Amino acid sequence: MSERVRRRYLALRVLSEEIVSREDVVDAVWNALLRLFGEYGASQASFTFIEYRSGESWGIIRCSHRALDMVRASVASVTEIKGKPVVIDVLGVSGTLKALRKRVLL
Amino acid sequence: MRKFVDLHLQPSFKELDQVKRMVSRSSELGYSLVGIPLPPNVTQDKVRQLQGICKEAGIDLATRLDLTSKTPRRLLHELRHFRRRFEVISVVCTSKAVARQAAKDRRVDLLSFPLTSSRRRFFDRAEAELASQALSSLEVDAALLLSLKGFPKIRLLSTLRKEVAIAKKFGVPVAISSGAANVHLMRGPYECAALASLFGTAVPFALGALSETPLAIVERNREKLSPDFVAPGIRLVRRKKDCRSA
Repeated sequence: MSERVRRRYLALRVLSEEIVSREDVVDAVWNALLRLFGEYGASQASFTFIEYRSGESWGIIRCSHRALDMVRASVASVTEIKGKPVVIDVLGVSGTLKALRKRVLL
Repeated sequence: MRKFVDLHLQPSFKELDQVKRMVSRSSELGYSLVGIPLPPNVTQDKVRQLQGICKEAGIDLATRLDLTSKTPRRLLHELRHFRRRFEVISVVCTSKAVARQAAKDRRVDLLSFPLTSSRRRFFDRAEAELASQALSSLEVDAALLLSLKGFPKIRLLSTLRKEVAIAKKFGVPVAISSGAANVHLMRGPYECAALASLFGTAVPFALGALSETPLAIVERNREKLSPDFVAPGIRLVRRKKDCRSA
């Protein structure tokens, strides 16, 4: 029997001078993950974008709990989107969406 | 709760707005103490002004001096001159001779190797052995990991992996700092720890390098710079007047 996958939900805040679209944030994080850990590493991360609100510049992503540091490093290494400086902060990490929303007050 | 320290924040010293922005961002990211490199001839008024900015943001300031001496002789001269005026002294090792002198001198807190070329980074086994007998720590700036791309970044990660492994083997403390010159290069402590895992550092070790190691440096030096300090382990408890009333 296969082991149950434990997940981690990360709340992100995108700091930029301009509004950044969901697609651009998804591309930037995916590219960072691929650049740092390659296709093999990215395949282990079970990385998914759950939600992103471009107007409020926050979003939620999900990954495997084993890949939390990989995803954190990838998110931290994003420095620009479309040539504009961008910082993505991790506001909080939780094992469930409900707890994350409660903790980070989204 | 763990206290996180960023000993290498590099705002432009002349632009107070930038200093304010970076200090408040540090506070927002969860740091409780920041070190800002100051010019050697900094006035007490300027230091007080910076302390005021940090206090407003609810953060503690450690005064830091980066020495970029070209010769070991010059380094000794500068250490004699400035050690008692700054809480943290870092030596930017641009030559092997300076690196060796800095590693064996107990007045040096941080050994910094800014060059990305692996041939010009001098933290090898001999350097680590000298540093382990003194009190200096190896400083790693996270900003370089963010600003470099492609082959230079690969080379830097490889060099850092070797250097941190040597430091661990010889018991040299490692301090991770942001090294950020603007707000865009600043990251939270957990993000810095995750970035440190790229060069083979376990996250708990990296968190120690972001909290216990730099905090120990600042506390040790504050104790030494205090007027009550006599020698390691000996400090003045009461002065003449207080002794009579006791």
